[in-house]
Parts: sequence; structure tokens; C-alpha cells
Amino acid sequence: MDRNNDSLDPRENNNPYDATDATERKNDVATPTNQDAAAQSIGAGSPDDLPDDTFASRSAVKQTVGIGRKTESGSFMFPAFDDHHPPEKDLIDDCVHCGFCLPTCPTYVLFGEEMDSPRGRIYLMNKGLNEEPMNDQMVRHWDLCLGCMACVTACPSGVQYDKLIEATRGQVERRYERTAQDKAFREMIFQIFPYPERLRLMAAPLKLYQRFGVGDMLHKAGVMKLLPKRMRAMEALMPMLSEHHELPEVTEAVGEKRRRVGFIKGCVQRVFFSDVNAATVRVLAAEGCEVVTPKLQGCCGALSVHAGREEEFEGFARKLIDTFEGLELDNIIINAAGCGSTLKEYGYLLRDDPEYAERASRFAEKVKDVTEFIQELGPVAERNPLPVAAAYHDACHLAHAQGVRRQPRQTLKQIPGMEVREIKEAEICCGSAGIYNMIEPEPATELGDRKAKNVLNTGARMIVTSNPGCMLQIQASLKRMGHSMPMAHPMEVLDASIRGEDIETLLEK
Amino acid sequence: MQRDLLIREMQAILGPEGVISEREQLRSYECDGLMNYRVIPELVVLPETAEHVQSVVKLCYNEGIPFVARGSGTGLSGGALPVESGVLIVLSRLRRILEVDIPNQRVIVEPGVINIWVSQEVADEGYYYAPDPASQIVSSIGGNLAENSGGVHCLKYGFTTNHVMGAEIVLPDGSMVNVGGGMAPDAPGYELLGAFVGSEGTLGIATKITLRIVRKPEAVRTLLAAFKDTEEAGGAVSGIIGGGIVPAAIEMMDSLCIEAVETAVHPGFPQAGAILIVELDGPAAEVEDQFQHTIRVCEENDASEVRIAEDDEERALFWKGRKAAFAAMGRIANDYYVQDSVVPRTELGAVLKRISELGSEYGMRVANVFHAGDGNLHPLVLYDNDVPGEAEKAEALAGDIVFTCLEHGGSLTGEHGIGEDKKKYMPKMFTTEDLDTMQLLRCAFDPHQICNPGKIFPTPRLCGERPGPFRMHPVQKAGLAENF
Repeated sequence: MDRNNDSLDPRENNNPYDATDATERKNDVATPTNQDAAAQSIGAGSPDDLPDDTFASRSAVKQTVGIGRKTESGSFMFPAFDDHHPPEKDLIDDCVHCGFCLPTCPTYVLFGEEMDSPRGRIYLMNKGLNEEPMNDQMVRHWDLCLGCMACVTACPSGVQYDKLIEATRGQVERRYERTAQDKAFREMIFQIFPYPERLRLMAAPLKLYQRFGVGDMLHKAGVMKLLPKRMRAMEALMPMLSEHHELPEVTEAVGEKRRRVGFIKGCVQRVFFSDVNAATVRVLAAEGCEVVTPKLQGCCGALSVHAGREEEFEGFARKLIDTFEGLELDNIIINAAGCGSTLKEYGYLLRDDPEYAERASRFAEKVKDVTEFIQELGPVAERNPLPVAAAYHDACHLAHAQGVRRQPRQTLKQIPGMEVREIKEAEICCGSAGIYNMIEPEPATELGDRKAKNVLNTGARMIVTSNPGCMLQIQASLKRMGHSMPMAHPMEVLDASIRGEDIETLLEK
Repeated sequence: MQRDLLIREMQAILGPEGVISEREQLRSYECDGLMNYRVIPELVVLPETAEHVQSVVKLCYNEGIPFVARGSGTGLSGGALPVESGVLIVLSRLRRILEVDIPNQRVIVEPGVINIWVSQEVADEGYYYAPDPASQIVSSIGGNLAENSGGVHCLKYGFTTNHVMGAEIVLPDGSMVNVGGGMAPDAPGYELLGAFVGSEGTLGIATKITLRIVRKPEAVRTLLAAFKDTEEAGGAVSGIIGGGIVPAAIEMMDSLCIEAVETAVHPGFPQAGAILIVELDGPAAEVEDQFQHTIRVCEENDASEVRIAEDDEERALFWKGRKAAFAAMGRIANDYYVQDSVVPRTELGAVLKRISELGSEYGMRVANVFHAGDGNLHPLVLYDNDVPGEAEKAEALAGDIVFTCLEHGGSLTGEHGIGEDKKKYMPKMFTTEDLDTMQLLRCAFDPHQICNPGKIFPTPRLCGERPGPFRMHPVQKAGLAENF
């Protein structure tokens, strides 16, 4: 045993057996991997190009998130939960505290703290049921959950964390007094995003804003820095707007009709990514489906249910069920992951509604993600080659919440010439998580940058993913790092292949 | 020292975000992987560097405040159970892989690095880190070191202690030392590294750990064999090992365990009284020959099915089923209590039979999943904590299982450690002189008993109290004395 503090060993500072000195040499052994070479050959960047402070120290991030500081509103509720759908004791008891969820939880990855892990959050729910009041600290740790459900995939005990956190958030929204500012910001989001018409109204000036480069001007002038950080996060996430496509109420099947399906347009999807919707309908038709797209359809309520706004959700859900009922559909198709996972849960979420419970279950049984549906149906349309390496990004609400991982990859691999590359740490959320990147910009940004770094490392020429939120988030991170990469929904890629489009045309979109 | 002052001093070292002091937050640290014991720590601190750890320990030493180190909190013996009025030092933010030295087959890591990250880091170079506890996707290297963790492959490759080459340690007085060698195979002087590995956090906190990595074997073959009962499966185990084969792993699961795992991760295991998973690795020719022999032994022992993993995917599925076993118990029971006794391989049959009888006597279910090759049992006593009295009953049954194992020449623990949970059984296995000798070593490192105090060694609180599952002393019952 050599004591560093009073050692007389002359080799002290150059001791090959000394683990402490060896650490200084750690950079020497880094060897470029094949992927790096591939990335360089096509001009993709490497994370080494990033500034050192891209991944700020844990505590710096933690500080901005506001954990460990004194309470926000001083609100205090005992008991923590009331009788209306508290997190169920039975579901909590499924957790055996093994910790297998920890390494896949994005907030545990960032902060390394028990309270910001699924195991810790469930522990706090249990304490809330039995012993402890609901207070600011508890709510803060639940709020910081992205709801990505990676823990549901990782859990060997089958804990239904999705149901637990949704129930908890419902309680928090009803019982906990947020600060006025927090409340106002959340209210603003929920007055815009679930309403495509309002989103479009907001988007109109945005279009002008983008066309004349107002954003860049403001950035240069430093004006943006004056905005509160949540508003800045919103601004950074805004996509370039595409042309608006109005979808026909009924699209005939190409060739023999195999199915009659309904199509849900999504809110963000129809306003910001209407190309994706148009492509989806074309693909479905090409695969022999008659596609019914009700013109007047509202929000599915996914954003509301993830934020614990139970009543608001129920209103949206009932309306959407009304819209699609009686159309004699074999299936109801959705191409946005976040919406899909909620649509599939309608039966459970409306279980207390005597008028709708059964209808909701019937509705939910018909809902399929578009890639899931196409693989079940069996593809018939001819695929033309698209020679490109694409990184496939698993949207959490597709992979973890719906268990749909194989189908989108298969859909891409069925295209001749298409190479699908896997992204390291695929199971970890990109930080988008519904409205999370607007409500909690700092952790979301760090997760986004981490994801973008892993995407760049694949050396792929484009990213393919099934959720509009992920696209916006990863795009924003790449932009912040001074990169850009073509992005597409699997349906846009498939549509291009079926229509025989050139790969360069697809990449330029 | 006043609590507020201690918080301020800790914050001065770690910054405000490195110190957790709110009650609800502290509660999420009140137990580790074993939920039977819960203690709310006074403070939780989250150092980010070895220097942080050293400063925190120095402060504790100067003020005489006890402390406990914790990694991912997955231990199954309560080794990271906090102490009241003590500081819990959580090492989850020390998670950098500091150096990868392929030519010398070593990797230097911080203690919070997760076991499987090491293998992932060197996989492309054709290497891996051999010790693979079932919790390897989450448990930390620091915790592995403290518990001398095993895993399914340690029959052939040895425990953590065989794969640690050196460590930088913060001693309980706050001084920082290096023990063990670096690249050299052995260092002169006392084998202090050997004493430190498996010391369950009572001798200090490792802040840098040098691990040995090994080359991936040329060939790996895995099979799964189904048997009528554990006795027949046990016969196959004896046949395989008796035939001169040292499998990389040989694991057994009983029917209750198969049921739980099947519900949890759907590995497609056959319905059977017991299954064995046998893995052989090494040079291709040797593995092939021994693999055929293994299949024959299984068939001679009346295996109803022998399934051979055709590819890596199927092999991974077998292991997924095995490694999820503990956690999968959540599917068939609310709570479980796991023991970790080791018995001589030749006693396996008799001990398993007795465990089954004990289960019937207590009217409780016991699932078995274990490392059959080295006789390391993991009986899981299933119970429901919400039914009054069940937890105590489960503990009593688990205790009887331990005594059975000791009667058959076994030991208290194979790899989970003594911790808080099994210290009461220590006098059953060791004499007072044995325990005193261990205490001498412990006191050499930690004379003030501030480093994870109260673990490993039995602490009868009132004279005449018998070691065993907790029951109130007659004097306490009479209201004449209190626990202190």
C-alpha cells in the first residue's frame, strides 16, 4: 500500500502500476472506428468536432433544472392522492426494486439520482399512497419524467409504469398548485397544439418569419436571448413549413381493394408535416387500401393524457370516436407514434365512461401504426431501388409504448438498395417527449445533443423516424451543432420507392 | 455537528446539486435491492470525482459521522443500507471509463461504471469482462467489487476478485491509497487487494478500479435441457462435471421459476420440472467434442428435451430468461426474499428436497434458480408484504433454509454478501475467534467503525439475544428494556 500523501517512492509521478497516472494517457488509445471513417467519407461530422462543453457537467444541468432548491409554490397535499384514479397499489407492488430500469431512463442517465429514475418515482408514488404528502419535490421528480416508457421495455417484472405515471399526473394536475408562470405556459401550449386550426394560424406568421429570415436576424441581434428560455426552446424547435396538402375524404385503392381503412391526420403532423400524411395515404392506396380521411377530425388527446389533463383528454377522445364510428372501417391507421400509443389505450382510458367504454375498446382494437399495418397486410406494390444508408431512430412511443420495432425496419429493408443502420443507445429518448422539450428545455436539449451525436456516428446519409416530435427535436440538435441531415418518415421513403423517385430527390426534400 | 452546518460543508465540497437533504428525496435511498430493511439516511451526497469522495470521507472522519457507499443500489443483502444519522455516498456520477489498454488486457474505470459497459467498450476488439452477475445491465463495478460478485460464468472464470488487478481506495480516514498491481501480475507484500474485494464497503471506497479483460472464446455452444425434476437435472450436472468438463456456465431453474420467467420475458422455455442451461466455450474442436458429450449425459439422465441454441439470438434468449429470473418473481408474487447459500455440489439433491419440504411445512412457495456447477443456491421465498406476518414467516423460512445448507457443509453466501441481511447467521458458521480475527482486519482499516458500520458482523443488542430472524427479547416484551 503506498500512501500518496506521504510516499517516498521516487517513481511516484511516473509509476506504471499507479492507476491514477494512467488516466492522463487515456486519449492516446482512442482509435477511429470503421464508422468514423465511413462518416468522414461522406462528410458527416463526428462528435469530436463538437465543443467540449456539449455535455455539460451533471451538476450544471441539474442546477438549471432547479432540483435541490427550495420549493417553488410551497404547495403541500396530504394525503398525496385522492380516490379518483390514484396510482394503483397493485401496479406499484409489481416493482421488486431490482433497478433494471435505471440505465435506460433518460433522466437517470443525465442526473444519476434515484429520485429521477423509474424505480425512484414509483417509490415516491408508494410513499404518497401511504405516508408522505404530495409536495414540490415529489412533483418535480414526476414532472421530469419524459414518459418515454423505456423502463416498460426494460422491466422484467412487467411493471406498467405507463399507467402509474399517467394516473399520478392526473392527480398532480388536479390537486397540485403550480406557480402562476408555469400554469400560464402550460395553458398556452394546450390552447394551441391540440387544435390544428390554431396551430395553422400561428404557423402563418411563422412562414413569413422564416421566409424573410427574421429568426436569423433576431439571433444575430441577440434579441432571442431576451426571451424566456421556454419560449426560446419553442422557437428553436419550429420546423420549416411545408406546403399544405388537403387530403381527399376518400382515396380509392390502386388495383384490387384489400381493406377499407380510416386515416388519422394528427395535429402537428397535418400542420407541419403534411407531406408525410400525403405520402402515407398514397402508400396505403398503392397497397390496395381504400382510405377514408374524415375532413373534420380533432386531436386524439395524447398530449393531454400525457400531461395528466384527464377531462380535456376525454373530450377529445369521445369526439374522435364519434368521427370514426359508423364508417365501416377494417382498421384505423396512424403514422405518428405519440398519437398511436394513446389511441391504442382508449379502451383503458375511457373505462369509467358507461356510454363510451365499450366503443372506445372497439375503436382501439382497430388502431394500427402504419408500418405495423403494412407488414401485417403483406406488401404488394412494387418497390424501386433507393440506394442509401439510413439511420433508423426508434420513436419511444412506437418502440417502447407500442412495441413496434421490427415493422418499420422491415418496411425499410424491403426497399432494394436501402441499408438500415442502428443508432447506439437506441433505447434512450431523444428528449422530445411530447411537449417535454418546451416545458423542460435543458434536459431535453442535452438528450437531443446526445442523440444527434449518436446519429452522426452511424455515418448514415439520412435519418428515418416515425414521430414528428423526434424529427423536430433531432433537427434542432443537429442545427445547434452546425450539422444538418435529411430526415424522413418511413412512409415518405416508401412512397418515394413505390413512385420510383430518385434518391437525390428524396434527400433534397 | 449540526445538520445544517454539515449540509453547508458538503455543499461547499460538492455544490448544491451534489447534496440531497429533503426528506422525500432521502426516502428513495432508504433501501437498496433488498427492500426488507429500510433506514432513512441523514444526507445523500453525489460526488463526481475521486477528490470529491476523498473530501467527503475526510469531513465524515473529522466529525465522526458514519458513512455508507452505494452504487446502483441493486445489492441483495442490504450492504448499501444507509445508517441513521449517517451519510450515504452515492457513486452513480463517477461513471467514466478512464482507460482502455487492449495490449495489456486491462480497463480502468470509475466505480459507478455499469458492469456491462466494460464489455461493450471492448467488444469490437474481441474482448469482454468475464464476471457477469445477472444484474450486469445495471449493477456497478464498485458494487461488484464490494460484494465480490459472481455470475453465471464464474464456475469457469472465477469471481470478481479474479478479475480485479488494482484499485485506488479512499480509506475511512480520508487518505487515498493504491492497492494491487497494475500491469504486473503480482505485487510483493500483503495481498491487500484480496482483502478489500468482497469487504462489503467496510474497508473504504474504491474510486478507480483496474479490471482484467479476457479474449472472447473462439467457440460458444449453449443448450437447454428439460427434466422431470431437480433431482434428475442434478444427476446431469454431476455427470457433466464428473466427466471432466468445466462448463462456462451451468444453471438450473425449477418449475415455479420457469413459470415466472415465461410470463415475464417469454423465452419459450419448455414446461418441465427443471431445466438446465449449459454453456461451453473455448477452442472450437474441444467445445464441439465436449458439447456432444454433454448432450449424451443429458439424455442418459432422461432429459425430456434438449434444445440447442442455433445462433447468438437464441443463445441470448436463453440467457435473457435466466438473468431476468429474480425480477420476474414480481409476476407471480408481490415480494420475495432471496437466499444465496452455497452447498457442496454432491449435496444439491438432498438440500433441494429439504427446501421443498420446508416450503410445504410453512405453506409458502419457494422458487429455485441457481448456479448448479458450484452449488450456489438462490432459493426465492415468495410472500406478500401486505399480509400481516408473512414477511416474518418468509424470513423464518429463509433462515431454516440457510441452516439446512450449513448442516450440509455449506456456506451462508456465494456472491450476494452478508450485509445487513445475513449477519445474524454469522455465528452459525464462524466461531467467536474467527469473527474476532475478521474484526482485527476491519479495525486496522477503520478503527472508529464509521465505514459502513453494522454490516457483516452480528451485533446482539441485548445479552442473551439469539442470532436469527428478529424476534423481541423477553425483557423487551415485558417492557423492561428498549432496543438501542
